[in-house]
Amino acid sequence: MSDIVLHVNGQNHAIRVEPRRTLVDALREDCGLTGTHIGCEHGVCGACTVLVDGEPVRACLMFAEQAAGKPIRTVEGLANGDAMHPMQTAFMEHHGLQCGFCTPGFLMLAIGVLEKEPDISDDDMLDVLASNLCRCTGYQNIIKAVRAAAAQMRAP
Amino acid sequence: MTQGRGLVGQSVLRKEDGPLLRGEGRFAADINFPGQLYMRVVRSPQAHGVLRGVDATAALAHPGVRAVWTFADVAEIPPIDFRLTRIETLAPYRQTVLAQDRVRYVGDPVAVVFADSAFAAEDAAELVELHIDELPVILHADAPTGEFRDGLSTETAVILKQYGDLDAAFDGAHATVALSLKIGRHSGVALETRGAIARYNAERDRLEMYGAAKVPHWNRDQIARMLGRKPESVNLFEGHVGGGFGIRGELYPEDVLVCLAALRMQRPIKWIEDRRENLIAANHSRQQTHHIRAAIDADGRFLGIDAEYFHDQGGYMRTHAATVPDLTAAMLPGPYRVPAYRATGHIRLTNKTPGGTYRAPGRYESTFVRERLMDAIATRIGVDVIEIRRRNLIDTSEMPYARKLETLGTDVVLDSGNYAGLLDKALAGIGWDELQRSLAQRRAAGELVGAGLAMFVEKSGLGPFDDVRIAIEPSGGVEIVTGAASVGQGVETVMAQICADTLGATYDRIRVVHGQTDRIGRGLGAFASRVTVMTGEAVRLASVTLHELVCKAAADMMQTDSRDLEIVAGLVSRRDGTGPSMSIGEVAAATELVADATFESRHMNYPYGVHIAVASVARDTGAVTVERYLVAYDVGKAVNPMLVEGQIVGGVAQGIGGALYEEFLYDDRGEPLSVTFADYLMPTAREMPHVEVIIAEDAPSPLNPMGLKGAGEGGTNAVGAAMAAAIDAALGRPGAVTELPVTPQRLYAVMKGNIGNNQH
Repeated sequence: MSDIVLHVNGQNHAIRVEPRRTLVDALREDCGLTGTHIGCEHGVCGACTVLVDGEPVRACLMFAEQAAGKPIRTVEGLANGDAMHPMQTAFMEHHGLQCGFCTPGFLMLAIGVLEKEPDISDDDMLDVLASNLCRCTGYQNIIKAVRAAAAQMRAP
Repeated sequence: MTQGRGLVGQSVLRKEDGPLLRGEGRFAADINFPGQLYMRVVRSPQAHGVLRGVDATAALAHPGVRAVWTFADVAEIPPIDFRLTRIETLAPYRQTVLAQDRVRYVGDPVAVVFADSAFAAEDAAELVELHIDELPVILHADAPTGEFRDGLSTETAVILKQYGDLDAAFDGAHATVALSLKIGRHSGVALETRGAIARYNAERDRLEMYGAAKVPHWNRDQIARMLGRKPESVNLFEGHVGGGFGIRGELYPEDVLVCLAALRMQRPIKWIEDRRENLIAANHSRQQTHHIRAAIDADGRFLGIDAEYFHDQGGYMRTHAATVPDLTAAMLPGPYRVPAYRATGHIRLTNKTPGGTYRAPGRYESTFVRERLMDAIATRIGVDVIEIRRRNLIDTSEMPYARKLETLGTDVVLDSGNYAGLLDKALAGIGWDELQRSLAQRRAAGELVGAGLAMFVEKSGLGPFDDVRIAIEPSGGVEIVTGAASVGQGVETVMAQICADTLGATYDRIRVVHGQTDRIGRGLGAFASRVTVMTGEAVRLASVTLHELVCKAAADMMQTDSRDLEIVAGLVSRRDGTGPSMSIGEVAAATELVADATFESRHMNYPYGVHIAVASVARDTGAVTVERYLVAYDVGKAVNPMLVEGQIVGGVAQGIGGALYEEFLYDDRGEPLSVTFADYLMPTAREMPHVEVIIAEDAPSPLNPMGLKGAGEGGTNAVGAAMAAAIDAALGRPGAVTELPVTPQRLYAVMKGNIGNNQH
């Protein structure tokens, strides 16, 4: 067992984990942050996407120990009180979610990429979004929502 | 009654979204109770065998392990029963919650381990030794049958549906067109795996299960029966559900095992499935092989259809019993006049994962078959694919149209429709003639590109009833308690829209309860595109009653005639704008305001649609790109067009998956090969075309006052058919596609001439 500290959404979580504990299990079970979901545990579906050091990562493919000490952002940290992040608002306005299970992963993926590449082309963003799976929406409204939020995030 | 305040028919934003966007959802895995134990299922690694013994010695010695159960520990628990389409001869083929002395597919539950942590349970499960003598496997439904056990054949039943004089039809036919076609094995594969958490409250003798979905009341009754308890001492609770699609929420062995363990061990028991388990243990669907013959006249009109098919049910009969093959037979005629008809469906067990329903069950399959047949007839007669359909479509003047077939305990009576009118809308929507010209030019320039079209009839609004209770609280809030379930489709939003309009309440002040068996005595849940129709009408009825109650009570207090009152945005006032007003909460503070309603319906209703696909094929790989896709769908009345469109586009994505990518494959010993998302390929944002949607409201259902028909399955229904037609057109080879999914390997083989057009 190792004692580590995870810095999640600006808060420190001192936890004790087995070396094999994945980051997503640590976030969910040890930090109580169940907004990040587990879809496949083999790095394909992206439901567990969180930002580590500002980069989107599959939290099921990273051990908790590897993320120790690094800034981690999850869906719980997106809204500022009642004010939702523009990406959250756009998903609501464009009906970019149905069951909502994949949604936190898509939000973190899109936000992580747009913060680094605000002017990413639509086609490149489509490649980015193709790295996560959604089983309800057929992606059309996710793409619309991300494009709308991108414009909003670029606005001064 | 107050109608027409304008929310019904509007694309209102969803009530569901806030918590889901903030990471505050309550999915099964998010639920924990103090002191809970974790369950892990030990599954058969063999596709078929005699179970000689299970040695749990090493597993029991593993730290943190509390118990290991095998069949001997659950021998008194009856097998899981049928929920729909029961045929008594199927009973011996039901699945027990743990395998008794045979295993019948890789993934068959043989033992369960209970431990203090998920890690300990998984580690110990690896230590359970299974002694299995391998038996020969059956992997194809149309292969020779074998023995299930005790002399029972692996052909569990034969569905037979027929009407008219088929012999006369074929004797008098101008021509006969015959096809053999296959639909692959795929399934819903929701992003959330299954999960169940049970706990027992000994003081109140109350058993609870969380993680329920789709049909909580039926599952509650079954769990109670299987465990020898009174239904009222068992409650199921639905939280957020990460996708349903037919497979999630059926009663599975694991649900019963967590409940039994919670009772016996007096500890909460948590089970969360991993993805490999999900792909080998949750219901598969779709796999059928069809041999179909049509007798036609000189103009290509149907005189009769004779269909025989083999339904690959996998290892056992599960809760759906004969539902999928039954619907295949009942819905195969689609939107066409078929004077004589016979469908013979062989339900066959194989040594693969058991099957159940998946979005548009029996219709994705039969639409593929029927529309392939229609295209083959067009080729045979020498008319185009549109004209051949026009000649066969049932006309609006013939509605309601009795099919002389029954399914799901109802007669198939097509309640309303303007099939030819919707075909015109779809053709205009895609610009069919111009599209054909441009595709011809591209083909002339060497591209493999083409368009295909398919028509279909869906079914929705399955009864027989739904109950609703609506109460106004002194705070002004309105609570709607339903027996419906939510699998992510927007139930809360739609019910609140209907209530807001009918009652005059404020949309934001309405709360919708679903999937809680302790809140309402009975409920049928969410399947068969039934909720908006059945629960929606029950909500409207209760809202009408409640509106009267509010106005009567307010009239006394306001010393006026209730007929002069109206309710707008939760405020009761005189229609002429004079005098005082009061909020519905103030009225509720003075008198109890509760209304119950039941909506009953003996018949389903029948939405219908047209799909058009444009596809190109890569000559060097056989890969298919979907360039355009259009769905025209008549839902009678769209309560929330944004949600209807969302259902259709999402449905198309799943349909494209089954048409091009998704397939559960097995090796020749029955070892499943599609056990990760790297093997089981679902469409991503890259594979999906932009889907154009035309929502029509030309044929409201006469079976409910709002004219509603269901929207859940029309996006999926005809995708396999339309894609096959588009690929045929791209290759310039009618009838080239005979099997779904059209993987690059298969299509490349077709293009090389190794697999031919099987028309004869």
